[in-house]
Amino acid sequence: MGARELKDNTTVFAGVGAPMMASGLAQRMHAPGLTMVIEGGIVGPKWKPGSLPISTNEMRAAYRAQMLPGITDAFLLAQRGFLDVGFIGGAQIDRYGNLNTSAIGGSYDRPKVRLPGSGGANDIISLCRAVIILTAHEKRRFSETVDFITSPGWLIGGDSRRASGLLFGGVSRVVTTLGLFGFEPESRRMRLEALHPGVSVDDVKAATGFEVLVSDQLTATKPPTDEELGILRMLDPARQFIG
Amino acid sequence: MTISRCEYDFQAARLRLEAKPKSAGEKLTTLDEAAARVKDGDSLAFGGCLFSRTPLALIRALLRRRPTGLTISRNLMCYEGEWCMVAGAVDKVVTSWMGIGLPWGLSKIVREYVESGRVPMEEWSHLALGLRFRAAAMGVPFLPSLTMLGSGLVDVGGSKTIDCPYTGQKLLAVPALFPDVALLHVHRADRFGNCQIDGYPHMDADIAKAAATVLVTAEEIVPEEEIRLHPDRTVIPGFIVDALVHVPYGSYPHECYGLYDAEPDHFSVYVDSINQRGAAGVQDYLERYVYGPATHADYLALFGEAALADARRRGRELVT
Repeated sequence: MGARELKDNTTVFAGVGAPMMASGLAQRMHAPGLTMVIEGGIVGPKWKPGSLPISTNEMRAAYRAQMLPGITDAFLLAQRGFLDVGFIGGAQIDRYGNLNTSAIGGSYDRPKVRLPGSGGANDIISLCRAVIILTAHEKRRFSETVDFITSPGWLIGGDSRRASGLLFGGVSRVVTTLGLFGFEPESRRMRLEALHPGVSVDDVKAATGFEVLVSDQLTATKPPTDEELGILRMLDPARQFIG
Repeated sequence: MTISRCEYDFQAARLRLEAKPKSAGEKLTTLDEAAARVKDGDSLAFGGCLFSRTPLALIRALLRRRPTGLTISRNLMCYEGEWCMVAGAVDKVVTSWMGIGLPWGLSKIVREYVESGRVPMEEWSHLALGLRFRAAAMGVPFLPSLTMLGSGLVDVGGSKTIDCPYTGQKLLAVPALFPDVALLHVHRADRFGNCQIDGYPHMDADIAKAAATVLVTAEEIVPEEEIRLHPDRTVIPGFIVDALVHVPYGSYPHECYGLYDAEPDHFSVYVDSINQRGAAGVQDYLERYVYGPATHADYLALFGEAALADARRRGRELVT
């Protein structure tokens, strides 16, 4: 689903795991002119099938890259506005697409669970022109409020994101294991746009900790084609990433 | 959390640099002598990123001296940060992300030490921390940025916003970070400390210019002529470097671009021991791999020649 959101001759800031698979798939399907930028400071790699990276800072992630500018300069490309789409995940997400990957429960300084931290997610969601969040859809993740805003989505909705100083971009899509979400243009609240095959609106409601808005034009996503699955299996023959 | 003034005091940092000899002379020394330049209470920046080009040999040499009160900073802190926590060496960790890598899940050591308040973790975004080193490398107290605004990271990191003097736009003023000591591992250097890095440069060059003292290990020490034939590849000039040590496999079992691959199986064994025994698992690891081996050769012997040769073969294959 993520792959289909990527257009040819655009740029994507991709992380390891699902974002990387989506980018690799798009490159081989409809977007041969897609340029990936990776957090490790890597521009335009062509990953070797069967040798996919497990980190954004390793040789597999840099394979056949066009340029290795370093981490700071890779993110400055995003700040300048060169990155069309960013892909990120998150441990906890609220209705405005704010993400928490820092700390759950307790206080920030003495949390119940200390998570790894922002990494580049805050920069990607702050600086890319559009951001697609890819995440598993579980009630504990889709939370009424996030304990901490590591990566700012639409903050408290309306024009709060712009008012905070984030002049550009914003979360455009949330792709989950149950369906596809967008955001209401005014309120910036998350809204169900499409369901994956076999999933009902009630299933989504049951797995979401906040009120689920449903689009008037609710559609169904198309399941992956044989060709798409074939490419994913070719890229990841050991099924490390596609399960 | 508040940022200490010495971190962004560009005038003090400059005076410190002005007082330091900018030697074009020989920098070669031993791991122990290089590590001895770190004093208790210093703030350190580690080069490389996650399990790529980590200056592990230097960090091991440092930990053998049982330092205390250190602040350590690195964008993606890998298990060297866990060692420093369990060894009782650090009072604060400055990072964007800390773990070993996605396949290994959350760091149980980070959870234990940060959740209990034993070691505070100061969190920035990648770009913000990168800009902290760059601001320091540029000799200015801060750099304006459009990142981190609106997020909780602004508050917990203690950073400030400014109004752009030209446009009036709100900007994040990312404070410089001038470490006392930089610990770096590079591919090659001449004996005067002119350093070349292959592959991704991470932010090592910024860190070297930001720090007051620069300690470098190199996979290879090459003749000066070799550097001078390819000066375009030099990312750290010798007059910046204070100590240089020849350490082949200096970041092993982490990777060194084009030379050797990382050892994820070694990470898995390490994580398994922590899952079973918590910090005691790290303590065992420190005894075996950090405090135990008397020399770097003894350390490499724990892995064996076959493993090193295999890592070297994979490393070459991954870039060709």
